[in-house]
Amino acid sequence: MTPTDSTSTEPTPNDSTPNEAGAGASATVIELTDVRKTYRSGLFKVAALRGVGLSIEEGEYVAITGPSGSGKSTLMHILGCLDVPTSGLYRLAGEDVGGMSEDQLAEVRNRRIGFVFQQFNLLPSMTAWRNVELPLCYAGGPRAQRRQRAIDALADVGLADRVEHRPAELSDGQQQRVAVARALVTNPSLILTDGPTGNLDSASTADVLGLFRRLHDVGRTIVLITHEAEVAAAADRVLQVRDGVVTADSGPAAALRTVRT
Amino acid sequence: MSWAEIIRTGLEAVRSHRLRSGLTMLGILIGVAAVILTVWLGEGAQDKVRGQINALGSNLLIVAPGSTTTNGVRGGFGSASTLTRADADALTSHVVAPDIRAVAPTTSRSAALTAGSSSWTASVVGTMPGWLSVRARAIGTGRFISGEDVADHAAVTVLAATTAEELFGARDPVGQSVTVSGVPMTVIGTLTAAGSSASTNEDGQAIVPITTAADRITGGASRDSVQNIYLEATSGHTLSAAYREADYELLARHRITTPTAADFSITSQQSILSTATSVDRTLTVLLAGVAGISLLVGGIGVMNIMLVSVTERIREIGLRKALGASPRVIRRQFLVEASVLGLAGGLLGTALGLAGAAILPSLISDPISISPTATVGSIVIAVAIGVVFGVYPATRAARLAPIEALRSD
Ligand SMILES: Nc1ncnc2c1ncn2[C@@H]1O[C@H](COP(=O)(O)OP(=O)(O)OP(=O)(O)O)[C@@H](O)[C@H]1O
Ligand SMILES: [Mg+2]
Repeated sequence: MTPTDSTSTEPTPNDSTPNEAGAGASATVIELTDVRKTYRSGLFKVAALRGVGLSIEEGEYVAITGPSGSGKSTLMHILGCLDVPTSGLYRLAGEDVGGMSEDQLAEVRNRRIGFVFQQFNLLPSMTAWRNVELPLCYAGGPRAQRRQRAIDALADVGLADRVEHRPAELSDGQQQRVAVARALVTNPSLILTDGPTGNLDSASTADVLGLFRRLHDVGRTIVLITHEAEVAAAADRVLQVRDGVVTADSGPAAALRTVRT
Repeated sequence: MSWAEIIRTGLEAVRSHRLRSGLTMLGILIGVAAVILTVWLGEGAQDKVRGQINALGSNLLIVAPGSTTTNGVRGGFGSASTLTRADADALTSHVVAPDIRAVAPTTSRSAALTAGSSSWTASVVGTMPGWLSVRARAIGTGRFISGEDVADHAAVTVLAATTAEELFGARDPVGQSVTVSGVPMTVIGTLTAAGSSASTNEDGQAIVPITTAADRITGGASRDSVQNIYLEATSGHTLSAAYREADYELLARHRITTPTAADFSITSQQSILSTATSVDRTLTVLLAGVAGISLLVGGIGVMNIMLVSVTERIREIGLRKALGASPRVIRRQFLVEASVLGLAGGLLGTALGLAGAAILPSLISDPISISPTATVGSIVIAVAIGVVFGVYPATRAARLAPIEALRSD
């Protein structure tokens, strides 16, 4: 699904990564202009984001890092349309998110974004494939097809043999892989993840990071939030956030270095 | 998200919290069972009263003696019988009362009957041939009292079912002799049982000619007076005409000019019926009101549990929202859950009510009438309660901001 106008190069995600088409032709997935977020709790005001501007192209693999309390999660909520900025402009796949209604935001989250959370957030009463099917349920479509897509997504993350397992019957690493399958099942423009490895041991961390690398290789846009430097190093581009502003950016050029083998 | 999908999700949520769902349903279940049982009992009681009154006879008017005015002093109601056999005879005239089909004056007192070694205390009714039709009774064996029996003051009697059974057992009483209050009489016939809805003493009667009763059983000074005159109108439509004719004729015969000073009263079976059933209906409404309150309490239980459920599932709601559930879909999901609880409670409550209806009559010897209206009504009400009390929790769930929800640990 092309999120931008049809004049840009038609991406063909199955054969080639869109970023091979060159920086000039690739579409902008995320565009933030002077985004601010101020929390008001009683008498206190907390400026969590104080003017963030950034731009992420389709097919990029970006890590956002910074110390605790620097505003990473706040940024992720705004990027994921889970929260709206106090001021500033956010364009997701070319569309201004600011003026959207609750229902439209729900649809944007459903179609454009796949979330992977630190706490997995799987529904314990449902089997793996039913968890993965969930976003498809909100999108609609025939049941048989939804089931097939969910099973395919599970196969993509290497869990073809765990389709009927419930979260409690899976290891932490496997649960996070189910969560990744759920994030990519709708073919979103963007995969957003906040501390996906925070609850995992080193083996599972490597596992999940390998998964993101593979997804990136087939052309997915990934934004990974972490305060661990080793995890951030897995991405092609690293953004530093400090006190609500972006203080360092290794630059989009990093994305261009990526060469698939 | 389609309704089918929402309903499936709601059912899944209800099923995955079995204990909590069960307890919530219990409130509704008990309320529904209580409501339908009281309504069923009330309707059963009404049916019973209606049956009893209908068993008196159809299109029936009952003339009862009223107070007499002796030397300007008004006696108490029923202090003396102001009705006579002559009054009854006058009403049999088709000229005087064209809308009255049959007339039966009655006297009644209880007396000992003996046949051989058996004895039985019966209510001995002295009356005329019209009684059989007026009181809607039927002959089992033999024949009923004839006009000649009345004219001849014949020593004959017709036994009601229980009386015949007590005195003669399985033998045929017709032609046998029986002493009534020491007077030997011949049994000429028996009556069939009056039916289950009639009061029990109907079958404990012995019928004799009114003349014989006056001479030899009731005795007393005024041998012409009667206790009641039963009238049967020609049809349900002529009941009020029959009433007016009887009233007019009796006032004239008693030489009373102001109807309010009448020394008799006429009641129709219809008026007895409506008072009796309206009393019952009031009681039913009251009881159903009490039961309704328990249904309301059940509804508040649903709301309480749904609110707890919303709080407890903040994380799930947030996740669903992050995955693309709109507020409308979330609200519907919680509404469906609440109404599923209501519906299940309603159905189980009806099942409990049916079980109660099967057991109760044997415990309290009151009839129960299982009415489909009350049943369907309370299931509908149970669902409505689920929906109404689910609206607030559902709205709260729908309004939760996805981040607030995801943040909670
Ligand atoms: N709902 C809120 N109300 C008030 N203040 C908030 C709220 N959410 C976040 N903050 C504040 O905003 C700032 C940024 O918080 P945020 O959660 O974005 O940090 P973070 O970079 O994700 O930290 P960590 O690495 O610990 O997850 C913090 O100072 C925090 O206290
Ligand atoms: Mg955070």
